[in-house]
Amino acid sequence: MNTVDVIAVLAAVFLSPLLGGLVAGIDRKVTARLQGRYGPPILQPFYDVFKLFGKEKMVVNYWQIFCAYMYLAANILTVVLLALQSDLLLIFFVLAVGGVFLVIGALAAESPYSQVGAQRELIQMLTYEPLIILVFVGIYLETGSFKISQIVATYHQPLLISLPLLFVVLGYAIVIKLRKSPFDISTSHHAHQELVKGVMTEYSGPYLGVIEISHWYETVFILGLCALFWHTNYIWMSVLVVLTYFGEVLVDNITARLTWRWMLPHAWTGGLLMSFANYFWIYAKLK
Amino acid sequence: MSLISTSRVKSPWLIHFDCGSCNGCDIEVLACLTPVYDIERFGIINVGNPKHADILVVTGTVNHRNKKALKNIYDQMPEPKVVVAIGACGTSGGVFREAYNVVGGVDKVIPVDAYVSGCAPKPEAIIDGVVIALGKLAEKGKKVDQGIFERLEKTQSAIKAR
Repeated sequence: MNTVDVIAVLAAVFLSPLLGGLVAGIDRKVTARLQGRYGPPILQPFYDVFKLFGKEKMVVNYWQIFCAYMYLAANILTVVLLALQSDLLLIFFVLAVGGVFLVIGALAAESPYSQVGAQRELIQMLTYEPLIILVFVGIYLETGSFKISQIVATYHQPLLISLPLLFVVLGYAIVIKLRKSPFDISTSHHAHQELVKGVMTEYSGPYLGVIEISHWYETVFILGLCALFWHTNYIWMSVLVVLTYFGEVLVDNITARLTWRWMLPHAWTGGLLMSFANYFWIYAKLK
Repeated sequence: MSLISTSRVKSPWLIHFDCGSCNGCDIEVLACLTPVYDIERFGIINVGNPKHADILVVTGTVNHRNKKALKNIYDQMPEPKVVVAIGACGTSGGVFREAYNVVGGVDKVIPVDAYVSGCAPKPEAIIDGVVIALGKLAEKGKKVDQGIFERLEKTQSAIKAR
């Protein structure tokens, strides 16, 4: 391990929660502005988390707590692996493990809201995971490698140019992964009374804070994936990331929540069709 | 520690429980969330889960049926927590206080930290009541940091029995 790697790991572990929290704050501010409100301060997510750490510890059972920490660990690991420019498939599997621990934690409590939320979260995972795999396969077909370090070293034009449709598919998957409206079916993002709070219902106090911090890591990881589509130039990379996230916030605000019966077939048919169209394009270019 | 106590005041999450109100007060409570008043400016979120909430806002009279639900919701909230009673009914039982099925105001069942009078109170008055409750929340937060928890007597004995 050389110095650059050590710095990358440290930055991933310590700077990404700061960045993720800031993004969450900006998200809430922009959301408020889009709804014609003034909105909370940018640092509001940090206040929320510090407050949660100061609350009383209420535990349903120990599995729940274990799962909360495993969810955090898996999300930190995805960001670290991304910072180390590791293998995309490995990152994907770690991401899946994190998601599963969130679901198990919710299933460990007997509350019907948390149970229903967990089942819905499983369906959401079922929907976005094939899409993300399709995107990674597309990246492989275009660049000839799953390893990010190799892609950055050998491929010298933005991936967005050859994989535009797959970027749309990734955007679709991100909305589901970040549990934003219209796909906030496992935890209610805006309507806080629906399904109580889904998978997060039984987490309270410091453990909810842990889940919140994991979510910040998740956000940074997702933004990192978007950044991969324009790895050649840092300015265009940040423009792409900002535009994508703004798009997500916009969709979050202008759409009403859908059911999983709508989400699953539409995400799969749309995602598959766009992915295969893009694969054909890559194939035709190679010929 | 000071970071946590600052954050407590800056991020109060609120749960609204309708304890048999005529919906007049409920509408005024929800009006606080609209763009006109926008209580999210102060970091207040209207959550639907007592386990996530810091402030319990109760509207309406308490009767013999729903006092159990009210107690249960109060017990599910992790400390520090405060209670705001809204409207004439919530504070005292209002015009229904003599009715055979009515227990009275919210303070007959759980300790109340701020009272907002009026039938129905204006959204400004409700926000004012919540702000007063925030001062109490900060005081209770200091007690929680020292390990002192305010609980209902039965809850305390139930926890000890476990």
